[in-house]
Amino acid sequence: MSGYQVNGGVVEHDEEGYLTDIGQWTKDVADIIAKAENIDMTDEHWEVVNFLRDYYDEYQIAPAVRILVKEMTKKYGKEKGDQKALYALFPYGPAKQACKIAGLPKPTGCV
Amino acid sequence: MAEASSDFDPKEKVHGDPIELPHIQCGAMAGTMPFKAAPGHMQPLGFPGELVEDWHDKAIARLGELLDGNKALRVYLDSCVKCGACTDKCHYFLGTSDPKNMPVARQDLLRKVYRRHFTFAGKYFPSLVGAEDLTKEVLDDWYSYFHQCSECRRCSVFCPYGIDTAEITMAGRDILDTIGVGSKYTNEIIGKVFTVGNNLGLPPKALKATLEGLEEELEEETGLPIKLPLDVKGADILLVTPSADFFASPHMEGLMGYAKVFHEAGVSWTLSTHAAEAANFGMFIGSTENMQKISLRIRDAAKDLGVKRLVFGECGHAWRVAYSFLDTLAGPFDFLDPNYPIPQHIVEFTYDMIQRGKLRFDKSKNDAFRLTFHDSCNVARASRMGDEPGGQFELPRAVLRAVCNYYFDMAPETIRDQTFCCGGGGGLLSDDIMDVRVKGAMPRMRALKDVAEENGVTHMAAICAICKAQFSKVLPQYGFDREAIVSVHQMVSNAIILTGSVQAKELEESGHE
Repeated sequence: MSGYQVNGGVVEHDEEGYLTDIGQWTKDVADIIAKAENIDMTDEHWEVVNFLRDYYDEYQIAPAVRILVKEMTKKYGKEKGDQKALYALFPYGPAKQACKIAGLPKPTGCV
Repeated sequence: MAEASSDFDPKEKVHGDPIELPHIQCGAMAGTMPFKAAPGHMQPLGFPGELVEDWHDKAIARLGELLDGNKALRVYLDSCVKCGACTDKCHYFLGTSDPKNMPVARQDLLRKVYRRHFTFAGKYFPSLVGAEDLTKEVLDDWYSYFHQCSECRRCSVFCPYGIDTAEITMAGRDILDTIGVGSKYTNEIIGKVFTVGNNLGLPPKALKATLEGLEEELEEETGLPIKLPLDVKGADILLVTPSADFFASPHMEGLMGYAKVFHEAGVSWTLSTHAAEAANFGMFIGSTENMQKISLRIRDAAKDLGVKRLVFGECGHAWRVAYSFLDTLAGPFDFLDPNYPIPQHIVEFTYDMIQRGKLRFDKSKNDAFRLTFHDSCNVARASRMGDEPGGQFELPRAVLRAVCNYYFDMAPETIRDQTFCCGGGGGLLSDDIMDVRVKGAMPRMRALKDVAEENGVTHMAAICAICKAQFSKVLPQYGFDREAIVSVHQMVSNAIILTGSVQAKELEESGHE
């Protein structure tokens, strides 16, 4: 298993870069993962990541893309909260890439 | 993440004949393979955690078992005469140029070992009949190239002997799993079905919350209390749909469409947490045992809820399993109402309602969509819909034509029974083999480009969760809009005018009625 170097320690991840132990996630870890994904974390990125983590705490899974879009639309209006805007923030897809940065398991299946 | 390799620029490749023969590049895709499953993903499926020590003998023994249990497999391995009819029929060969992705060559990876151990000539004169030993190199080739076949069976349509190539890929994957080598993507997912109830790993609480959220949205949109019931005992219909319908887009927009149709039809229906998954990846890995275990969940849910009918949502291979194998795997379904098809496809349900004049549409609501239809391989070549031959091609198109003003088919050699796989079917919808997925999508992308340029087609509809997810990923790479892929029932949802809805009132006020 390889890992992210964070503050002198190593945080393990799987072959695809998802944390093997979600309990090891911190904001610093998120920054390091984001850097590996070529993403500069802005307030909007954090908004998504925090929402995913809250949702995961409640339901043990990431929210559906449509639920995420709805939440972001509520916060930022239609222009900045639609699916295109989310893909602009997370080019590999708001579900998978944002989950990775949020330290959550990868959504599996036909998604 | 792995993207298509650098010498393959999808935007350059999008123009051209979808079935243009490529210049062969030997070994172009050698070593390309999905991540292997960890022991924790293998053992719950009944497989060894890792490659067993006596893998050679175990593999040959397993091949022997498969041959004894499936006479067709022996016929497929015996009857190929190398006529070449299949060579240029595979989307992965057309996209990757690797000659081992010619269906005949991919099959021969297994056939040569079969000949060595199970035919007289191969045992005594191996070099004369192309028989070879199962070496570690051959085993690696199996893992690599049996995961560059989506079991779509397009090549089989053209085989004069009717060899079902998918069966050979499935046998190859079955043998690999049996000796401890499995794909992480498929096997982790099958494990989630057993532990959580669906491919996604969506727990009941999350499913309930998701459905309630959709009910709110539907009420906001239509002004009607449209329900997405869960675990309702005594409901007439159990809807079994891919768990992607509860998570991804455009899948979820299709689910909303089913709910509207059921509402307008006035039927009582329910989803089930126990069978919150139509998909059956047991088929992809060629494992009858796992396929049966997954199928039995549907039977158990139907019995437990006491439903009279079984309807399947938009999932390609699930419909193959449901239509062709469900009764064998989990039947008899004699407790269901014989006056309805057992099982029934959601497209059949909607089509029937349209035929009976029960649904009203305002097609102009879809005027921003100039549509084409992608026939999903498992629906097209392994199932049927309705009462007539070819219904699996006609019914989805009839539904689309009923709900939109602009519909155009893609080139005939790329649709219906000759349809191309989306490039992500058969358990290959994994991020780590994106190179294979992007290249395999090329023929379909070219056919789409043609109708986009000739007929101004803007969107492509599909009835398969894998197709929808795959196209969402590869469309942008070929220069199309990510949201150009839509669900058939998303289009139904856009245009349907529900009795007493906000849309019905608007229509009446505007004097169109």
